[in-house]
Amino acid sequence: MSFLPFARKATAATMAALLLGAAPTALFAETPADTLVIANAIDDIVSLDPAEAYEFSGLDVVNNAYDGLVEVNPATLEMEPGLAESWSVAEDGMTYTFKMKPGITFASGNPVTADAAAWSLQRAVKVNKTPAFILNQFGWTADNVDSMITASGDTVTMKVDKAYAPTFLYNCLTAGVASIVDAEVVKTHDVDGDMGNVWLGQNSAGTGAYVLKSFKPNEGYVLAMRPGYWRGDAKMANVFMMHVPEAATERLQLEKGDIDIARTLTPVDLEGMAGNADIKIQQDVGGQIYYLAFNQKNEQNKNAKFLDAMRWAVDYQGMADTIMKGTVIPHQSFLPQGYLGALDDLPYSLDIEKAKALLAESGIKDPKVKLSVRNAADRMDVAQSIQNTFGQAGITVDLDVGEGAEQLKQYRARQHDATLQTWGPDYPDPNTNSSTFAENPDNSDAANNTGYLAWRNAYDPGAMTAQSKAAVLERDPAKRVEMYADLQKKSRETSPFIVMFQQARNTGLRANVQGYYTGGAVDAAAYWLVTK
Amino acid sequence: MAVTDLKDDAPSGIGRLARQVGNTAFTLLITFIGLLAVTFFISRVVPTDPVLSILGERATQAQIDATRTELGLDRPLFTQFGIYVWDALHGDLGTSIRTKKPVLEEIGRYFPATLELATIATFIGMLIGIPAGILAATKPGSVLDQVVRLVGLMGYSMPVFWLGLMGLLIFYGHLGWVGGPGRLDAAFDMMMQFQLTEFTGMILLDTALNGRWDMFANAVSHIILPASLLGYLSMAYISRMTRSFMMNELGQEYITTARVKGMSETRVVWVHALKNVMVPLITVVALSYSFLLEGAVLTETIFAWPGLGRYITDALLVADMPAVLGGTIVVGAVYIGINMFSDLLYRLADPRAA
Repeated sequence: MSFLPFARKATAATMAALLLGAAPTALFAETPADTLVIANAIDDIVSLDPAEAYEFSGLDVVNNAYDGLVEVNPATLEMEPGLAESWSVAEDGMTYTFKMKPGITFASGNPVTADAAAWSLQRAVKVNKTPAFILNQFGWTADNVDSMITASGDTVTMKVDKAYAPTFLYNCLTAGVASIVDAEVVKTHDVDGDMGNVWLGQNSAGTGAYVLKSFKPNEGYVLAMRPGYWRGDAKMANVFMMHVPEAATERLQLEKGDIDIARTLTPVDLEGMAGNADIKIQQDVGGQIYYLAFNQKNEQNKNAKFLDAMRWAVDYQGMADTIMKGTVIPHQSFLPQGYLGALDDLPYSLDIEKAKALLAESGIKDPKVKLSVRNAADRMDVAQSIQNTFGQAGITVDLDVGEGAEQLKQYRARQHDATLQTWGPDYPDPNTNSSTFAENPDNSDAANNTGYLAWRNAYDPGAMTAQSKAAVLERDPAKRVEMYADLQKKSRETSPFIVMFQQARNTGLRANVQGYYTGGAVDAAAYWLVTK
Repeated sequence: MAVTDLKDDAPSGIGRLARQVGNTAFTLLITFIGLLAVTFFISRVVPTDPVLSILGERATQAQIDATRTELGLDRPLFTQFGIYVWDALHGDLGTSIRTKKPVLEEIGRYFPATLELATIATFIGMLIGIPAGILAATKPGSVLDQVVRLVGLMGYSMPVFWLGLMGLLIFYGHLGWVGGPGRLDAAFDMMMQFQLTEFTGMILLDTALNGRWDMFANAVSHIILPASLLGYLSMAYISRMTRSFMMNELGQEYITTARVKGMSETRVVWVHALKNVMVPLITVVALSYSFLLEGAVLTETIFAWPGLGRYITDALLVADMPAVLGGTIVVGAVYIGINMFSDLLYRLADPRAA
């Protein structure tokens, strides 16, 4: 039978392969000195078209391949001129003019013109993907945007439907959706009138420091530096992003020096790497906030003293330190740190006696709370801590654990009693959170205003709705800041929301990596300043 | 007359073959439709709402309704199923909700990675598992037998997730013998993308076909750990089964006869007994291979391996049902294909089965 000789050969081949695989490091290519290698979970990417990208990983690419008229400085997170060198607003607050910076070119070499800028914004409105609503807020629709946003010479003129706070427009123009694309190039990739949406989903055509060289969903992407970037050439010639979903794997790669940056580390990994001189941990805030919400359809949850008692029965600091281990910081206002007007003070802390006294004043006997919580490990831990401290204060908490999408459905249908949730801001202006936490124009079931968190909790914020709407029209920036401060105070004292934490991002870097900025709560990561 | 009758009753060679092909085709069709139906209806009754998972929590009711219509989810379930089967029969498995690319194209990208890994793993499992099982069976109760059984038991009982991480920690982290997660080192990966031609999507073949033996060696260093891990699991199963088949075979009378006739023990075991063990072993190896081809989700996750299992799981988590359905159908097809192939092998191994 010819099986045996074959088996012998096959065994020899396998042994050879095994030995080859086990050979020492000569087989391994050094991480190239001119390439920044990053590991992250990037399976959230839907599209890399700036008009459609709306997920963290996708916006990172957009931030490095494109610029807007107005930009965010990656180091200071302050707003600064982008492709426009200056701008002004007319006396009536309805017309804005942006003067383009001269001499800037797209990666293709085409000059950046006012025409290209106007076309890009018109395009983002017409393509009408998820982030288009950021621009729709200014009254721009597919039908009118050609006349609302126009170009002439080196200026772009934008008309808006109301005299909004100018900072509201400028902040929104720093969002990825307002990126300026190379109109000449994109137009050549139009398929069935999609304005290049499919092509831009996998390619780039911007002014940014990098050009997208390749993108494989769920595998990674490669960015290549383009010479002549207007903010100064990127230091690293390439950025290689590897999709690594497992945190422990990322940690090993970082420790081995096979990657320069690990972006999905868990508290366990952070602890494990403490004391490793080759690695440093960079902590930044993210935009997401963690909050408890109590449905006002339940009479008990309307009792102000009862709500107040619960605010004093949460172990903010303890949970941040022990359960969340550095992945959140205590935060008690609906605007995340880094946003215009955000309040960073922490008036509440765990005080069981105070909570008990307030509960007694509320007149509610043996209160029970049914807390809906997603079946994720950290959420369950937080919920159990709440169950424990509420219990000490005399409030019985039943946990209703379920799958995330199911719980969201219940929440949107106002069927929960209490819920533990997170909320991430949509765009870098305070209105994004103020409008949802502090506004509820119609509290009826029929209104079905699921976009407002206040509505989902059947909560009528009263005068705050008007106040929040006024804040978005306040043209004096200092006054606007005051208005949001006031709204946040009122909300945390009277609303059925208990904001507990703000997300903290922990990035692991090789010790030689410098100049990496994650964009904090308001922007995406910047790669072009990184050196190693 | 009687002879003619007999001839009429017994199907001719061609007729028998035609009937077999017909039977197989019919079984295939029924299996496929059954598979489609079960997957399709399960995907429609799970509580996760695909629309909500696409649009996110900010979606308005109008957007939800529009997307529902766009995806055809507002039509009766049976109509949806009919459309799906019709498209599937025309080679269209739909478009992924998440990435908006044709599911077939995506699977074409992920499947080769899994195929490569599973094939090497099965080879490792077979080449170690079968001899180990045979040796254990020839000396039951010996130290060798105990070792084979213990190693096999460990393969069964240890969580693959843990084994994978430990393997990485030791062989990649501490010893530096093997490459890390992913299919190539970063520098080579970029080279593969921009300077070389992708022929098959299988990294070992592609680097070899491009004549880049340095990259081939690097690819081997990356695949060897996950393949050995899966190979170990497969070996555990194959060696236990081989041992038990072989022990059964060695108790047969013809073996005693052979021994009595003075045949050498090696010849008795490795030629006579092994030949008869081949048929059940083919089934075992085929099952183990098709199990690995479904995609070893955990292994693929730990080793950042862009394979089919992870593709289907990721899709499932965001309720990307076209991708889940497409992936399941491909897995089903592979399963059926391997089973048919092992049927064919039986006939070669055992003339009575023909």
